[in-house]
Parts: sequence; C-alpha cells; structure tokens
Amino acid sequence: MRRNIFRLGGALALGTALSLGLAACGGGSGDGSSGGGEAAGTVKVGFLGALTGENAGIAIPPHNGAKLAFDEYNKTNPKTKIEYVPYDSQGLPEQATPLATKAVREDKIVAMVGPAFSGESKNVGPILEEAKVPSVSASATAVDLAQQGWKYWHRVVANDGAQGPAAAEFLTRAMKAKKIFIVDDSQEYSAGLADAVDATLKGKATVNRDKVDQQGSDYASTVNKIKAFNPDAVFFGGYYAQAGRLLKQLRQADVQAPFMSGDGSLDAGLIEGAGEANATDTYIACPCVLGSASDDPEVKDFAQRYKAAFNADAQIYATEGYDAATAIIDAIKAGNTDAEKINEFLKTYSKKGVSKDIKFAPNGELSTSSIFVYAVKGKDYTLLGDSKTASVQ
Amino acid sequence: MFNDLVSQFWPSTIDGLALGSIYALIALGYTMVYGVLRLINFAHSEVFMIGTFGALLTLNILGVTGPVSGLTFVGVLFLIAAGAMIASGGTAVLLELVAYRRLRKKGASRLAFLISAIGASLFLQELFALVVIPEGFDRPQAGRIQVPVPALMEKEPLFSIGDAVVRNDKLLVFVGAIVMMIVLDLIVNRTRIGRGIRATAQNPESAVLMGVNIDRVVLMTFLIGGAMAGIAAALYVVEFENTQFFVGFLLGIKAFTAAVMGGIGNLRGALVGGLALGLIEAYGTSMLGSEWQHVIAFSILVLVLMFRPTGILGESLQQARA
Amino acid sequence: MSHSKNTTGIGPVRAAMRKITTPFDEMRDWWGRAPGWVRWTVYGLVIVAALLAPSDSVGAFMSPESDWATILFYPIGVFVLLAIGLNVVVGQAGLLDLGFVAFFAIGGYVMAVIGTELGWNFWEIIVVAVLISSLSGIILGAPTLRLRGDYLAIVTLGFGEIVRLVAQNTDAIGGPRGINSIPHPPDMSDIEIIPDLQPFTYGVIDPRPYYYLLVALCVLVIIFARRLEKSRVGRAWAAIREDEDAAEIMGVPTFRFKLLAFAIGAAIGGATGTVFAAKMISIVPNNFPFILSATILAAVVLGGSGNLPGVILGAFLVGWLPERFRGFEDYRVLLFGGVLVLMMIVRPQGLLPSRQRSAEFAEGSGMGGMGAEVATPTAKAEVSSR
Repeated sequence: MRRNIFRLGGALALGTALSLGLAACGGGSGDGSSGGGEAAGTVKVGFLGALTGENAGIAIPPHNGAKLAFDEYNKTNPKTKIEYVPYDSQGLPEQATPLATKAVREDKIVAMVGPAFSGESKNVGPILEEAKVPSVSASATAVDLAQQGWKYWHRVVANDGAQGPAAAEFLTRAMKAKKIFIVDDSQEYSAGLADAVDATLKGKATVNRDKVDQQGSDYASTVNKIKAFNPDAVFFGGYYAQAGRLLKQLRQADVQAPFMSGDGSLDAGLIEGAGEANATDTYIACPCVLGSASDDPEVKDFAQRYKAAFNADAQIYATEGYDAATAIIDAIKAGNTDAEKINEFLKTYSKKGVSKDIKFAPNGELSTSSIFVYAVKGKDYTLLGDSKTASVQ
Repeated sequence: MFNDLVSQFWPSTIDGLALGSIYALIALGYTMVYGVLRLINFAHSEVFMIGTFGALLTLNILGVTGPVSGLTFVGVLFLIAAGAMIASGGTAVLLELVAYRRLRKKGASRLAFLISAIGASLFLQELFALVVIPEGFDRPQAGRIQVPVPALMEKEPLFSIGDAVVRNDKLLVFVGAIVMMIVLDLIVNRTRIGRGIRATAQNPESAVLMGVNIDRVVLMTFLIGGAMAGIAAALYVVEFENTQFFVGFLLGIKAFTAAVMGGIGNLRGALVGGLALGLIEAYGTSMLGSEWQHVIAFSILVLVLMFRPTGILGESLQQARA
Repeated sequence: MSHSKNTTGIGPVRAAMRKITTPFDEMRDWWGRAPGWVRWTVYGLVIVAALLAPSDSVGAFMSPESDWATILFYPIGVFVLLAIGLNVVVGQAGLLDLGFVAFFAIGGYVMAVIGTELGWNFWEIIVVAVLISSLSGIILGAPTLRLRGDYLAIVTLGFGEIVRLVAQNTDAIGGPRGINSIPHPPDMSDIEIIPDLQPFTYGVIDPRPYYYLLVALCVLVIIFARRLEKSRVGRAWAAIREDEDAAEIMGVPTFRFKLLAFAIGAAIGGATGTVFAAKMISIVPNNFPFILSATILAAVVLGGSGNLPGVILGAFLVGWLPERFRGFEDYRVLLFGGVLVLMMIVRPQGLLPSRQRSAEFAEGSGMGGMGAEVATPTAKAEVSSR
C-alpha cells in the first residue's frame, strides 16, 4: 500500500504532464471519434445499478436476468451483436452520475437496463434524457419518476403508487382489516410505499403510523405503540432486513396480527431474520413475478435457465431484468441500432414477456400493471395470486 | 402527544431501562479510559461490536440453534458472556497496544489520539463488514462468512407492572447490568489493580513514584472496560438476536452521551447516565415518534456538554472514589 | 522529519514511510527557497493544468471506468474544496470537527429549497447559503467552542447527525425522498472556447462547466485562506493551536477567533454544498453521511493539516484513488482507517506539511493546544481550559 501511494504520486505527475502535452489537442471532446475500437455491427447496452455494496441484493438478479437475455441473443449469431456493459453504482447517486455520464458520452450506449433504484434514477434520468438514450428499469418503483416528463425513460414494474393501493386493497378486502398500523424506516422507497398505503386506506380503515430506524435494532417503542393500538394488520414499508427485525420483535411481544410488506421485503432474508416460527401470517405485495415461486411453465423454464447460468435462484426482479433486456433486444433485432430509433420502437412495443405483458404508456410506465401477493410458507414464499383476486387460505 | 406518553408510560419505562442498561455497560469503557487517561476512546464502539460477534461465534461453536432453558441456558449464557468478554477485552487491549501506546509514549496531543481512534474504528468496522454477514441481514456474498443468528431464550412474560408486561429477557439485561456494575465497583475499590487504577487516575506521576506500573494499569483499564462492553454485547445478542458491523456506531455515541451525562470518569455515573438516557429516549420517542430517537439522544449530548459538562454526578474517577 | 524519541517495533514502517515522505519534504524545502517568479510560474501552471485536466486523454488514464470530468467534479473537486474549508478549522485553528458534512448539507439544502420553491437563481442563492451556513456554524460554535477539544469533536459529530436526521424526518423538505429538479445555474455565456466545450453553459450532461466553477471557487477560497493565514487572524489561530492558554494570557481573544474559524469553515462547506446540489439535480439526506465527514478529515490529516498544498493533495488522493481502482473500493474505508492510525504514529504532520507545522509536531504539541498531554510518567500536569 505504501509503495502504491508512491507510485501514484508518479502517476499523478505523469497525468499532469500528459494533459499539458495534449493541450494543443484541445480539451475533451464528447463526440467525435472516441471509442473507435468497436467492431462493426456491435452496439453497447448498459446496465446501471448496485452490483456491490449493501443494497446489491436487489440489483444483481435483474442484472443477471438481463445478462442472460443478451447472452442468449448473442449466441444466435445475429447481424448486430450486443455488448453488455454493467456499471456498478453501488446504489449511490454520487457514483451513478459519473458512470451514466461516461456511458453516454464515451461508451455511447444505445440503451440502458436500469437504473436499478429510484434514488439514482432521479440523478441519472435527466442525463439520459438530454443524451436521448432510452432506459428500461426493472426495479425502480418510485411514483414520481414517471411524472418528470421524461421521454426516454421506461420501466417494466408497477410503481409504488400501484403497489401501495393494491396492498391496501388486499388488507381491507382479503384480510378484512379495519385497524391498520403502518410502519416505515424513513428511507426514500419505504416512506413512499407507506404513504401510498396510507392514502388508499383513508376512510376505509383506522390508521396509525410510526417509523423505525434503518440501522437500529431496538424497535421496542414502535412495538409498544403497535401493541397499544391493537391493529388487525401491520403494514411495513421497507426492506427485508428491517422487516425481519420488526416482525420478530412484534411476535416476541405477542402481537400476532397479520404482517404485510412490499417488494423490498420479498426475500428469504425476511424469514431468516424474523425466524421461521415468527414469520407466520406474513404477506408480501410485489409487482414482480418471482421465478422461484411461480407455477407458470414459461417462468419455470426461465428459472431453470437462470439457475443453470448463475447457480442461484431467480430472485426478485430477475424476470423483469430479462424482460427489460428483451424489449431492447427486440428493438435491435428489428434493425434499430441507434438510441433514438430504439426509443421510437419501445413506444410501440407490445409483447408478452416472462413476467407480464410488456407495453409502455407514453410516460414510460407499463400500460397495465398487476400486483401479486405472496405468502410466507415455511422457509419460502408461495404465490397467492393477483392482488385483486388473491385470498388468504 | 402527552396522551401517548401516559398510555405507554410503563412499557416505555421497561424498554428504556433495558436499553439504558446496555448503554451503561458500554459507557463504563468510555468512563474508565477517560478517568485514567483523559482520553475519549472513540473506537470503544467497535470493542462492543466485536463483542457481539464473539458472542455469536461462541453460540455457533456450542451448536446452539434454538432457545434453550434451565441450567443449559445459564451455562450457555456464561459461556457466550465469556466469549464476548474475550473478544471485546482482546480488542480493547489491542487498540491500546497498536493505536494508543506509541502516542502515549510520545506525549502526543489528545486530538492525535482521537484521530488514531477514528482510524481504528473505521478500520475495524470495515473489516467486519467485509468478512462476516449475520444471517438474515444481507444476502450471501462470495468470500464472506455467513453467520447464523440463533435465538437463545424463549421470550416470555414474567409479570406485569401497570399495563406493561415485564419480559424475562428485559429483566435479564437489567439485572445483568446491575450485577456487573457491583462486580466492577468491587474490583476498582477492593483489589490491588483497582487501587492502581485509582491512583493513576488521581495523579499519574505520583502513582509512578509509588511503584505503580503505568503500562500495566492502562492495559488493565482497557481490558476491564472492554470486558464490560463484552457483557453488554452478550446481553445485546440475547435480547435483540442480531448484530451488524455498524451496530457499534450509534450505540457508542449513545453510551458516550450516557457517560458524559452521568459525569465522565465516574463509574456510578455511567449507570445513572445510561439508565437516564434510556428512559429519556423511550419517553421522548413515545411522544414524538420513533424517528426522533437519535435526534433526542444527540440533542441531550449537546445540551449536557453545553450546560453541565461535568454531568449529573460530577466528573472524575479519582475524587468520587469510583 | 521523524521524531527523535523513537519507539520500538515499528522501525521498518518508519523507514519505509520516510522513503515515501522524503521527496515531499525536499519538495517543500525547495519551494521554501524558490524565488518569487518561480512560485508565480508554478501557480500559473497549476491553474492551467487544472483547466486542462478534464480531457479524455487524461481521463483514459485517470479513471478508465468512469467519466473523468464528472469524477473531477465529484468526488475530487468537492473533496478538495471541503478539505480547504475543514483545514481552516482543523489545520489552522486546531479544532477537531467531526460533523463538517453538516454545513455541506445545509448549503445543499438551501440551494435545493430556495431554488425549487422561490425560483431564485444560483448566484443569489450561493450568497444566502454562505450566510446561512456560517450562521449555523456560529450557532453551533458559540455554546460549544468553550469545551475541550475532544468534547468539541463529539458534539460536532452529534450535530452532523442531527442535521441529517432532521432533514430525513422533515417532510416539508422532502423527508427521506429529498428534493428533485434543483435548477442549474443560469448560463453566463454560450461562448464555445474549443469545439464542444461551452464552459459557461450549465447543462445536465457536461460536467465541465461545474468543474470550472469549482476550480474558480477553489482559487478564490485559496487566495482568501492564504491572506487570512498571513494576517493577524492566522497568527492568532497558530497561537491558539499551539497553546490556547498561553494565547489567552497574551491577550488573544481565543473564543472569538475560534468562532471565526468555525464560521469561515462552515461558509466554505456551505458554498460547496450549493454547487453540489446544483450539479446533482436531486439530493437526499443520505448524500450527507457521517462517513463523508470522516473522509474529508482523513484527507486533511493525510495531506498535511494546516498546509494548503498538502490538504489539496490529500483530498485529491482520497477522492481519486477509489475511482481509479474501482475493484478495491470495498477496501477504501479499511485503508483510510489504517492510514489514519499509521499516520498518527509515524507522521502525524501528514504527507506534505508546512514548515511551521512540522516544527510544532517535532516538539510533540502539534495537534492543537487544547488541554493537556495524556497521562504518562513524563507528561506535564493537566492544564484544563475550563
């Protein structure tokens, strides 16, 4: 390490000298003939999301799903091959911004799968918009992303605005809950989802709310409030680690009300964190089709191919990643090799994907969205069905 | 707002005391090191964090996968406490040897110590972040060890105070903390090494003249403070059944706040400060909402330092005779 | 520049460290002797180099995996400016601030709130942001600067977290969702200096105009900081840093000067936050974590606290290295931590310290004059500042 610092000192000097020497060439040019190494008939498609870091678990499955789609496509020896370029943002907007800038300025990607998270989408969206590069996210669910007037942005998942009401509707219809306690962990995604549930429940149920600390472990005060409120059901907006902790502490305090959460909690980690014995009466709403929990033959086939390729179960948003990539592949197959044309193609795209029918509304949302409800069964999840029709066994 | 406080007064009190007991045990480490060296051992939070992993490791070595009861429980509890104490005490001693001792010999300033401590703290946190993943808190990743986090005790209500149920685990944490406080009080006041610690706290130069081996005393101070954090860690694992690499950061600041509140350098003050902070947080969150928990604690820290930096019971290990 | 009082066990480390640092020391000595025209030439060259830095040919080497010009803005440029600000507090006045990110956040939120709600333009807002952040520095400093140095450190840490948590819990400023659609600075001119570079047109994709804005701010702040350092204020800070009690006795109004250092540092942090928010378009409370404060502190200490070129070098390395070696970014914090511990033992004055600071450290008192040395058999008796 010490030697490294020394060498880097030298490199720094070299870099400065280089820049001076190249002064005559005149600064950086974004356009022009950079990136000349590409073989004819190859286009680049990027992926932006957290491939490392604490939130990588939600971005890696869609990344793998997309990679599977591109690999399968390239194996067919098409006229235009696709080079898949993953950019690891760690889920941090500060990291995503330079990567997206590089993707459009230097690498000249023609389309992007992602950005994976809503937070980074807000920083990256304007960049893609100005560069006129279409993006299809498999996992960013914040409502307001579709309200920015972006023309190049799409997603293949329903937003929290659809997920929240669907979850709320499931709580009141299938579970007949009249008193509902809503908890979130003060993160962007969590608060948005909790707000959406809260808004839908207005007038239909008595609601009380509290927040827990994302990094905390003692949720006693929240548990006390829930216990005092004595609800028919508890809804938690947030990720599985916090959901597991909350669920465990609730059950330990003898709160046996049904527990429901959203897509961020759809993970085996919830069951491990809460303990199998505590994860009773637990339901998850998700706009996703979980490869490992579905009986649909097409989804099953995908789950097998996925497992063979990555030696892992097709977890959350893997099918969506595959569908997002497939939409882009279909555009390129149809002979659209520049970003502008791919975007035009996506506007008219309509096809049954692995997860659902993929057809975009003008604002980039899916034109029809379905929310599915899963229930914890043993160490795993089972699909109860579409939230509108699913019932509690 | 106040209705919430009234309706949740007893449950809040119980939770506040349980959490406050953990603050108090961690606070002891800050207060002892401060009493002897006049230093804030910023890395003490990581001493606690490593203790929780020590307790987990012991649980896994013992092959505990679910709640146990009776004598087995008592035996396991002692063993994980020992495991956590070894991990924490060892870390604290290592900190003194690696990060502090040379600075002490050089007579470096306090800020040099603090920066060194921050460095050590970042290093240890990241080390554990890169090595272990407690099960259920992150997805498995290549190259990282997945540690199961079993429940050690069946959590059952024992009796009620008002409308609040006192659970066996909360009582255990509270009683455990009080017992350890008494033990520590005896060590500091009744043993040879305790006398050395008090002497050094009062006046290091005279202590040396009287034949006290300063390095040994300092080492013992770190060891004892670390061991107390280890007890806190074991109780924490039993009660909350989880840990993470960042678990020490917030608890550390809270414990420091507790130490300052009680009067830093004062052992009994650590207990008073810890319990007081636990209660204030619990009452505060029942009124304002749980999202304000840390803001309440940090504000208390700022306010105490502004208006009564010597704390409730007054500063100093030396004058208050521990 | 090592210490005469050698200790056992780390001889090899010390020797290796000396090998690294000798060129830095020689460079500084050369600089100390260099005549005025050489210095001005070097200043000029550095500015030219900074202006030419965001070129793709440099970027191909400096950050092959990410956009170099954007990296130059954040983290490198932002870190440099923050480090210059923190250096006023830590390096010059000797006050340890562990919550510096609070002022960065305040600047960012002022930009975001006024920009989106009132629609003022960037230049008006930056003035307000500087005022508000320095005011918050004074509000925090006034009650706490009378505390001993290590207490101050923890209080500032608490303050940094309070600011972030309050932003997170306050729905009026977006809560955890933060603030979107923050306006860009108005274009100053659409002049095109070389093809495809309009340095005064603030758009979304091209980070270079923002980078130049940061460079300009850096130059201004550096000139300002240098003037201060050479003035009565700078001498007062040096006195406080070396021995606060002695300074007080000699008639230096220590409290007022400490407060001034705090306010100036906060103002620089706030200005940086304003530019950051304008470039990022959207900010959230999680942009301002404690670890950022620790990182900037690491940059200042690593580079040579108290010496501007050293601090800038430190911030550059701390911002750049993780981007250059992205495969190792998981180990970044691990390295920072290790380096901080190591530096305190073998070279507490940093890679590129000033002469004066080196001398202070050689005496063993360099880190500021707050309170006493630590208890050792040889230590002096405690002189409490309370």
